[in-house]
Amino acid sequence: MTMLRRCLALGLFALVLALGQPVLAQAQDQGRPSDAELQLMQQLQGPVTGRVSIPDQRAATLIQPAGKEWRDFWRGTSPWIGGIAIGGMLALLVLFFLIRGRVPMEGGRSDETITRFNGLDRFTHWMTAISFLVLAVTGLNIAFGRDLLLPLIGPEAFAAFSDAGKVAHNFLSFPFTLGILLMLVLWVRDNIPSRLDLEWIAAGGGLIGHRHAHARRFNAGQKAIFWSVVLMGAAIAATGYILMFPFTVVAHVGGMQTTQMAHSILSMILVAIILAHIYIGTIGMEGAFEAMGSGKVDLNWAEAHHDLWAEEVRAREQRETGAAPGAAVPAE
Amino acid sequence: MARMKFLCDAERCIECNACVTACKNENEVPWGINRRRVVTLNDGEMGKERSISMACMHCTDAPCASVCPVECFYTTADAVVLHSKDLCIGCGYCFYACPFGAPQYPQLGNFGGRGKMDKCTFCAGGPEADNTPEEYASYGANRLAEGKLPLCAEMCSTKALLAGDGEIIAAIYKERVVTRGYGSGAWGWSTAYPDSQGV
Repeated sequence: MTMLRRCLALGLFALVLALGQPVLAQAQDQGRPSDAELQLMQQLQGPVTGRVSIPDQRAATLIQPAGKEWRDFWRGTSPWIGGIAIGGMLALLVLFFLIRGRVPMEGGRSDETITRFNGLDRFTHWMTAISFLVLAVTGLNIAFGRDLLLPLIGPEAFAAFSDAGKVAHNFLSFPFTLGILLMLVLWVRDNIPSRLDLEWIAAGGGLIGHRHAHARRFNAGQKAIFWSVVLMGAAIAATGYILMFPFTVVAHVGGMQTTQMAHSILSMILVAIILAHIYIGTIGMEGAFEAMGSGKVDLNWAEAHHDLWAEEVRAREQRETGAAPGAAVPAE
Repeated sequence: MARMKFLCDAERCIECNACVTACKNENEVPWGINRRRVVTLNDGEMGKERSISMACMHCTDAPCASVCPVECFYTTADAVVLHSKDLCIGCGYCFYACPFGAPQYPQLGNFGGRGKMDKCTFCAGGPEADNTPEEYASYGANRLAEGKLPLCAEMCSTKALLAGDGEIIAAIYKERVVTRGYGSGAWGWSTAYPDSQGV
């Protein structure tokens, strides 16, 4: 009798499934009736949504299975991506520094400097850079702080820091975005890829080998940084604003999850790229920091790294000062 | 100690929303926040319409607690999942992870900024001392400390919504299912309590 009932129930269940109708009812004497719910969710491949009488229509989603996938991403995949990208880049830079050391200025310093970045250039760079540093630290705190910082400073101090960090992260997104736009306007014309870039890459950029390839104002490496910052920065800003104004741009929780995933992956990769940029702009190369520091670079540095650009600048300067009698012509 | 759970018998729920109202009143939940809600599936389809009252399910291995960047969640001895509003930074991540849409946020602060998260506490208050005005102001009632069960389930006129020790409410539900000869699955149980046996 029990067997018969079981067979009947199973048959009915299979029939309902075959008809593709939502399985809400199932015989209960088989041990795990909540399988019906699992079946339904597998069939739907998405959230179980109904109707609610309260104004918040998002509440009509009864169960959203995608939450588990997002959790797996945030607690599993994301720390791995970030750890490998950022930790790997740091390890690479340390290794590079140990092998290659600080790249010296060829021929030592000259008495002459030429202007590489004017005031507006440098203002744009540092506004974006400072915003980015705070954004990166506060963002990485959300991703890794719980595991790395919380055990050190305790829950109260960590929550206070994270709360202030969230506010800073929200507000500094504006100067960062403005900086990205200004950079695009100021520097895009010098960052169009050209045939010279291929030669530069083939020569190892003068960093890996010791041979310098010709370069105009920006070499292939700098162009790569520029386009990473502009394109990835824009994507990070866009996804960030979607997260900042929840459910205004995207309507459903799935959209928020996807946006958060894109934001975190892109951000951690950009942090890794910028680490390399910071390295080569400071301890990695003699004479490089001045470009964004005082804005004036040593002539020997300019001729070694940006020979074509240095020629252009000097030619222009000579044209401008050429009218003046007795203008000094540097001896070659 | 008991392992507290909610169970909504979808064969009994008549979508009266008394649980929603009881929760709002008992906990003085702010405007725009629904700790509990009633969702109707297959609305208007003859024989297939079911209503389910849903709130925080107080999950085993709670996803909200797993993703929280500041670790503001904790589980009580009764297996109720609670959180500290002093630690919460209102980032919204628990809402992304929660399968049941339990976390709610008041619209405070800058931009679309979320205030401190609010959710069903199983009428068990929060980290402050039991039944103090401070606890009530932040988290609502602490009926569990008074030996009472959540008001939503206590108020339920058809006894569709059950709250209490998981084994006891599972036994009640099983008895119902055996008596009437069918059931509709305990909504959310396989998601919230994957390690426990189904009902």
